[in-house]
Amino acid sequence: MAKTALQFRHNGSDVAIFVDGGTNLLVALRELIGDMTPKFGCGQGGCGTCSVLIDGELHLSCLTLAETVAGRSVETLDSLKQGPNLHALQRAFAENFAAQCGYCTPGMLMAAKALLDRNPSPSRAEIVEAISGNICRCTGYEPIINAILAASGGRVSA
Amino acid sequence: MTRHRGRGIASVNYPIGMNLGGDPSQALVHSNPSGKFTVALSSIDLGQGMKSVTRQICAETLGVPVEDVYVDTADSDTGPHCMGSFASRGTHRVGNAVMAAAREARGVMMEAAAEELEVNAADLETDGRGNIHVKGAPHRSISTKDVAIAAQFKQGKTISGRGIFLVPLSNVDPETGEMSPATCYAHACLVAEVEVDDETGEVTMIRMDSAYELGRALNPRLVEQQLVGGAWMGVSHALYETPEPYYPDPVHGPRDFVEYVMPGPGDICPHDIAVLERPAPDGPFGAKGPGEMCANPVLPAVANAIFNAVGVRIDDLPITPEKVLRAIKAEGGARPQARR
Repeated sequence: MAKTALQFRHNGSDVAIFVDGGTNLLVALRELIGDMTPKFGCGQGGCGTCSVLIDGELHLSCLTLAETVAGRSVETLDSLKQGPNLHALQRAFAENFAAQCGYCTPGMLMAAKALLDRNPSPSRAEIVEAISGNICRCTGYEPIINAILAASGGRVSA
Repeated sequence: MTRHRGRGIASVNYPIGMNLGGDPSQALVHSNPSGKFTVALSSIDLGQGMKSVTRQICAETLGVPVEDVYVDTADSDTGPHCMGSFASRGTHRVGNAVMAAAREARGVMMEAAAEELEVNAADLETDGRGNIHVKGAPHRSISTKDVAIAAQFKQGKTISGRGIFLVPLSNVDPETGEMSPATCYAHACLVAEVEVDDETGEVTMIRMDSAYELGRALNPRLVEQQLVGGAWMGVSHALYETPEPYYPDPVHGPRDFVEYVMPGPGDICPHDIAVLERPAPDGPFGAKGPGEMCANPVLPAVANAIFNAVGVRIDDLPITPEKVLRAIKAEGGARPQARR
């Protein structure tokens, strides 16, 4: 199959890769660009751990054809940390013990970022809604919700 | 259509570790020339906090800051044998092995310090901040880093220790059937409150109140995390998860995470947790293990709560809306039981 040249912005930097037709964005990010922060969970859009932002909007990279991001901006978990400084969400996740095995964490953080970017002070119900496409197999939803509330300056329930 | 509330209770007595041919785990501890320590294990940390808790145990036993201990684990090529992270055994078995290894390493460290300070090792103590000094004379002091350097480059000693913790196999007495499958037990009690919809058969968790007795909680936040997640794993087994919904008939088995139903963030309910600490005599610093017993009481408690709500006894897991509806139909309608 012929390869297609693909250019897009990846975490603020221009990247150019060659992809096979049908390559999904998750594979392009992990295997061609080497950004391992979006995780492979189910490959079917059922778990949310591959979540990334495309032009600021939350998408499942395993269900996104790589070619469709040409000329667009893709942000992964790798974009959150600025040098040694953790993003407010990452700090809140650490302080609220919101990660156990950690496999859902990249997707949870991106879903949370997408929420806070459009709604800086969400209610608990809005947070639940925002992460409802993300499965946490350790079932630590409570601390994850609390972490997002904390990052948005909301009051954390006991 | 009516929604019925019900409350159910269950308690468990849960053994720590297993009894299938002996239950050992090993640990190795050594100092690096920087005065920091490495713990080599092959025990897996799958999110339950094995690395954090063995780090704490090692630091406490050595008498050094927790920052000075690094835990290298999860690879059986580089770490000594571990039976595994299961059966709630990690903190207890591996923790005891790490403690034994750290104790041996501490002995060598104190001997090396004694040689440097020209005193008797029995007169020395650690301050927990990276120094070793003569008891009652803090100025007669040497840092663990300087001890490590002296041991390595001057005295020719390795500051290291080996540890194993084995609970031997307990055989069944053929006369009485008696055996001692575990050396200590954790305990849990949980009250589940549910709401059952008698038209859809759907069960909603309303709240959970629980108490756990797990020896000493070495890392209270990690224990709490384990208890919260474990309780929801229990709910998931009670109400949602199964690879074979019509076992043994394999039809309608789930093919993906959409069909393999698990709780999502919208399903969770308030969960009150009380942790009771009664140190285990043979546990590392009194710890047992919170691992599995936090999931177990949820299943019978939820089944009891459903009975309390609509008067049907379902003893087949998971308790799906279909099973609830069929049972209600067989009873000729929901029969709420007395609230307790």
